[in-house]
Amino acid sequence: MSREQYTPPSTSQNNQQQGGAGAASGSGSYGGFNITGSGSLEDTTRPVHYLCGDCDAKVVLKKSDPIRCKECGYRVLYKERTNRMIQFEAR
Amino acid sequence: MPSWAPLSATELAERQRGLSEEQLQQRRIVNVNPETVTHVSATDIPGHWGPGQDDSWDIERFKQNLRFKFHQNKPYDSAFSLIGVDASIANAYRRILMSEIPTLAIEDVFIFDNTTIIQDEVLASRLGLIPLTGGQEALTWLRWYRKPPPKDDFASQATWPYDVDDNDADSATPNDHNTIVITLKVECRWATQAEDGRDGRRLAKEGETDPNERYVNSNIYAHQLVFEPQGDQAKHFSGENAIKPVNPDILIAKLRPGQRINLRCHCIKGIGMDHAKYSPVATASYRLLPDINITQPILGADAKKFQRCFPRGVIDLVKDGDSREEKAVVADPMKDTVSRECLRHDEFKDKVKLGRIRDHFIFSIESTGQFESDELFLDSVRLLRAKAERFNRHLTELEDGR
Repeated sequence: MSREQYTPPSTSQNNQQQGGAGAASGSGSYGGFNITGSGSLEDTTRPVHYLCGDCDAKVVLKKSDPIRCKECGYRVLYKERTNRMIQFEAR
Repeated sequence: MPSWAPLSATELAERQRGLSEEQLQQRRIVNVNPETVTHVSATDIPGHWGPGQDDSWDIERFKQNLRFKFHQNKPYDSAFSLIGVDASIANAYRRILMSEIPTLAIEDVFIFDNTTIIQDEVLASRLGLIPLTGGQEALTWLRWYRKPPPKDDFASQATWPYDVDDNDADSATPNDHNTIVITLKVECRWATQAEDGRDGRRLAKEGETDPNERYVNSNIYAHQLVFEPQGDQAKHFSGENAIKPVNPDILIAKLRPGQRINLRCHCIKGIGMDHAKYSPVATASYRLLPDINITQPILGADAKKFQRCFPRGVIDLVKDGDSREEKAVVADPMKDTVSRECLRHDEFKDKVKLGRIRDHFIFSIESTGQFESDELFLDSVRLLRAKAERFNRHLTELEDGR
């Protein structure tokens, strides 16, 4: 793509999402500066997502569930990356 | 006789008559000899040429000598000559261009999700180096954001709340006047018949190896960054003026199916002194104009050889009037690199003198794209002026004992 014909992507859809999130949380004047991601708060009752080591299926486990893939029965599960926001300096 | 000895009456009279054009020109030249470089320092210091000559600095004479000439003025790459200023001034402009003109760049990256093989901190660093652009007026409208000091820097924390700019009390919190928000939310997946008109999995079975065919979003480019105007920004950064990367095809990361990136960036105004990503120029440099002085005619085969000692276009061959032989003349010293190759050959001994003109600066300014090159140079002039005025004001305050 050349520099001339490039037009930046539109933000109308995102704005709606942003507005919704901002209204729901009610913190900060604009959603963009609200740096905590939606659903990033720690919650022990919430199910945790894993990936099966054998078939790569998404496995959702609750607190007392057996550690076992629901698709293939494989007993090695990999935890997904944390869904908390991590801040970095671009330096 | 030592140089400080008093001048005789005739010598003094000779000096006061003034110098010929040739002598004045000679004073501007830095001599480049086979193994040494001489007459490097500026000579316009009062008293340098002894008594009987007025060396004092004069604004009128400076105005007469100052010249400015463009060689090339492309928006992001300009070359021009600045003639008649001291090296200290030219160097100040160059340094201001590189490290003191503010530009916008990504400073903070908030990563919600990154399951790609590129590490978070590396990704953040890559994002920071992407040159951004937007409406010129809107960018100058943007205020400074003063970043709170890091939690482990107790010295700067102790002074932190006190040295905030009084005129802009909100500068310590990100708001719509000092921070631009850019987001990137992408996920790579296999191409499907329904969405993309090609079945990536089937193509892979058939032996297709091109990731662009097999997957969607396998390469993440700078044009996928989405600018999200906040508050007042909507009216300043709308349409043409939207914040966007200068080069849409900068590769940010490579993904494979199932990998995701979801992040938000805060861009702030900063200066190159702080980090190179804020520098508005890729390079800003200058060189002195080379000077080639052929003192004795170089003819025939020697002239051909002489021409080959220089880059193409520097030396021309012309037919000499009487002998019908070819004679070397200087066509364009600007193209010379002062390699001194001609000084290595005995046949050119005492026939040529190389040098550079001490106060002729050939600037080359390559902008990264946020501002135009010629505008950047004017900005550097304004900034140096503002600094000089500030210094002057402080001196006056010192004098008044405030």
